[in-house]
Amino acid sequence: MTGSIPLQYFLIISTLMFFIGIYGFLTRKNLITMLMSIELILNSVNINFVAFNKYLYPQNLQGHFFTLIIIAIAAAEAAVAIAIIINIYRNFRSIDVDNVDELKF
Amino acid sequence: MNSEVMFYLLAGMILVFSVLTVTSRKILRAAVYLLFVLISTAAIYFMLEYTFLAAVQLTVYAGGIVVLIIFSVLLTSHISEKAIMADRKQSLLSALAVGAGALLTLLTILKFTFVPSALPAQTSTVTDVGNALISYERDGFALPFEVISILLLAALIGAIIVARKEKDNAIIK
Repeated sequence: MTGSIPLQYFLIISTLMFFIGIYGFLTRKNLITMLMSIELILNSVNINFVAFNKYLYPQNLQGHFFTLIIIAIAAAEAAVAIAIIINIYRNFRSIDVDNVDELKF
Repeated sequence: MNSEVMFYLLAGMILVFSVLTVTSRKILRAAVYLLFVLISTAAIYFMLEYTFLAAVQLTVYAGGIVVLIIFSVLLTSHISEKAIMADRKQSLLSALAVGAGALLTLLTILKFTFVPSALPAQTSTVTDVGNALISYERDGFALPFEVISILLLAALIGAIIVARKEKDNAIIK
């Protein structure tokens, strides 16, 4: 189904998506939007794994399973991160990183 | 020809919505833009004929994580609240660093010649995926599968412990 699309196109998309995610992580101040940037980064890595698997090693499914496991880890990470964010909100009444500047509460 | 048009459409959607995700000042809208990015990625998996992976992407990412994020956005901020962004100097420096990194990576990718494999493709039906996940022989993934199940249990318990209200502490002790 991929026709004549070269592998590089997939890599270009995932590179741009990765660096957009990094930009969001650097410029956002809200913890949830920072988490969303991390999801973008993880997603771009997944595209890389799947494209390499399809184009360079189609005889086995290692990139496919790697992506499957990354998705599971991303889900676990999001759940724990949101639990922590809600706990921070309960203690500081804010989830902006500028206001959350003491470790002890 | 058809698949190329589809690919360019998906690529454009991914890039536009990624940029909107990180620049939108309304947090709830940013979450919805993230949803569009994840759905377009699932469509790319469909194009590469990894249908099970695309289904997992749709259910876990688009159905699970985005809903979780939207819930927490609604819990922690007012619906009309504008997100605070970094000041102009910091955004400019971040854009510079990110642009330099992207340029370097893109140049490296475009200079390298990848040799596509001519071997016949392994099918990835649900049967294949299931057999590989419980197989402990070559090309089997039984160990990562078990490890991931323990990780999910740990994350589940950890999230409950962390998000639990403080005053319940005395009862549990």
